[in-house]
Amino acid sequence: MMREITLGQYYPVDSVLHRMDPRTKLFGTMIFIISLFFANSLAAYGAATLFLVLVIWMSKVPFGFMIRGLKAVMFLLLISVSFNLFLTPGTEIFRIGFLKMTWEGLQLAGFMALRLVYLVIGSSVMTLTTTPNQLTDGLEKSLGFLKRAGAPVHEVSMMMSIALRFIPILVEETDKIMKAQMARGADFESGNLVQKAKSMVPLLVPLFISAFRRATDLAMAMEARCYHGGEGRSKMKPLHYARRDYIGYLVLLGYLLAVILLRR
Amino acid sequence: MPGHLLRIAVKQGGLRLWNEIPDCQEGTGVSMGIIKASKLIYEYIRRDEEDQVEEVNRAIDGLDLDIHEGDFVAILGHNGSGKSTFAKQLNGILLPTEGTVWISGMKTDDDSHIWDIRKTAGMVFQNPDNQIIGNVVEEDVGFGPENLGVPTDEIWRRVDESLAAVGMTAYRMKSPNKLSGGQKQRVAIAGVMAMKPKCIILDEPTAMLDPNGRREVIRTVHELNKKEGITVLLITHYMEEVIEADRVIVMDSGRLVMDGTPKEIFSRVTELKGYRLDVPQVTELAYELKQQGAELPDGVLTIQELMECLVPMLQACKEQDG
Repeated sequence: MMREITLGQYYPVDSVLHRMDPRTKLFGTMIFIISLFFANSLAAYGAATLFLVLVIWMSKVPFGFMIRGLKAVMFLLLISVSFNLFLTPGTEIFRIGFLKMTWEGLQLAGFMALRLVYLVIGSSVMTLTTTPNQLTDGLEKSLGFLKRAGAPVHEVSMMMSIALRFIPILVEETDKIMKAQMARGADFESGNLVQKAKSMVPLLVPLFISAFRRATDLAMAMEARCYHGGEGRSKMKPLHYARRDYIGYLVLLGYLLAVILLRR
Repeated sequence: MPGHLLRIAVKQGGLRLWNEIPDCQEGTGVSMGIIKASKLIYEYIRRDEEDQVEEVNRAIDGLDLDIHEGDFVAILGHNGSGKSTFAKQLNGILLPTEGTVWISGMKTDDDSHIWDIRKTAGMVFQNPDNQIIGNVVEEDVGFGPENLGVPTDEIWRRVDESLAAVGMTAYRMKSPNKLSGGQKQRVAIAGVMAMKPKCIILDEPTAMLDPNGRREVIRTVHELNKKEGITVLLITHYMEEVIEADRVIVMDSGRLVMDGTPKEIFSRVTELKGYRLDVPQVTELAYELKQQGAELPDGVLTIQELMECLVPMLQACKEQDG
C-alpha cells in the first residue's frame, strides 16, 4: 500500500535537472506551488503545463514514475473534485436529488484537480531528481540564517535525511510483521473502524520496538564513524551555484511573471 | 623499507616474525601493539527506579590482550562470552569499568583522543541496514571523512579508493536499499576504510548474511588485510571464517581462554567443545577419524590438507589388500 509513494525516492539518471543545485530546485518547487495557487485562468494553467512538461522532459525520468505519487492523493482528489462539482452555486447543468452540478463548479473542480495533480507531480520531479541528502543539504544551507537564532538546523536536516533513508526499510518491516501476524490469525481487514484500529496494535508495537532498536544501532554506528554534530564537518558535495542554476532562476522568474500576467 | 611494508612482505612470505620486528610507536616510547588491553573489566549495571543497583553483570572479567599491527585476529566465543562488549571497548563506545584499553598508544577513556581513536579503529556492525546512513552508496562512504572535516577533494579521492578496495565501484550511485546483505556490509567496510583506519573491528559482520554474502565479506576483509596492511579484528561464531586468520582468540564468560594460531586452537577439539564452540567440519572429521585410530595430524583445517593425509593412507591400504 505505501510502496507507491514516490516521494523521497531518487531516480538515478544523469540530467541537467539532476545536476542542478538543490536550492534552485527547492526554490523552484516553491515558486511552482505558489504559482498554482495564483493561476485562475486557462492561459495561466497552460503556462504551468508548459513549464511542467519542460521540466519533466529535462529530468529524463520516465513519466510513469511521476504519476505514481498520484495514487496516494487519489482519494483526496476525488473528494475535493466532487465537492467542488456539486456544491458550487451557479448555472445548473443537471441535478440528482438535492445535488446539482454547475458550470462554475465544473470549472472550479477542473482547476482544483489540475492544481492537486500538478502539485504532486511538481514535488515528485524535485524528489526524483534530488537525492534526499542533497535535499536536506539544500534546506540546511537555505535555512542557515536560522542557526544564528539558535535553531537546530543541522540536526533537523540530519534527522530528515535519516528518516528518508529508513522509510523503505520500515515499510518492508511493516509488511513482514503484518504477514507474520496474519499467519498467526490476525485480521487486519474486517470489522468496523474501532476494531480495525485495535487490530493495528499487534502491528505497531513490534514495529515501534524494532524502530527504536534500529535507532540505537544507528546512533552507535554514527558515533563510531566520528559523527559529532554539525561542528567542524566538511561536505563531500558542497553546494555552489553553476551557470545552469542562474539560467534556472531566470526561467523561473519568467514563468512566474507569465503566470501573473495571464491571470484573469 | 617502512615497518608496515616489511611486515606485509614477511606475511606474504608465510613467515611469522612479528615479535622480532620492533614496534615503533610515536611519542609513547613504549613498545605495544595497535590494540592493547590490560586487566580490563566491564560491568553492565542495571538500576531500579530509585537508582539502586539491582544487578551487576560482569561482561568482561580481567582481560589482557595485545594485538600487533597488520595481524588478522579472530575472536571466537559463544553468545554472552563478552566478545561484542569487548569490541565496543575498542573505539570508546563503552569505557572500561576497571583496567585500560590503548588504541595505538591512546587510552580510550581519555576524552581528548576519542575522535582519533574512532578514526584509528573503525568498526563494522552486525546489522547491515542499521549502519548505513547515506541514501546513496557514495554518500554513505563519504560520511566518515565528512565528520572528520576532510577537504572535499580528499573525500572524493578516499571514496573512490575505498569503493575500489571493496569492489563496489560499480554500485556507487545505487541506493543501499537495492543491495544484497553482503554488498551492504562491503559498503559499510568501505565507509570505515574512507576514514583511513589502521585497524578495522568487525563485530559479527556476517551473522545476518547468507553463505554467499558471508564469503564475499570475509574475502574482502582478507584482501584489505593483505593489500592495505590493515589490522583486522574479526568477531564471529562461524568457525569457517577463522581458518585463514593469523591468530585466534577464544573468549568465555568475559575471559580470554585460548590464544594461538588456528591450527593450535583447532587441535584442542575437546577443550573447544567445553566452551560450547564447534570446530570446522573438516577438522571434526579428522578428529573423529583420529579417535578411531587413523594416523592424522592435529588441527586439520582444510579439505586439501585432509586429502593430502588420507590419499597416501588409502593407497597404502589398497596396496596391502592387493
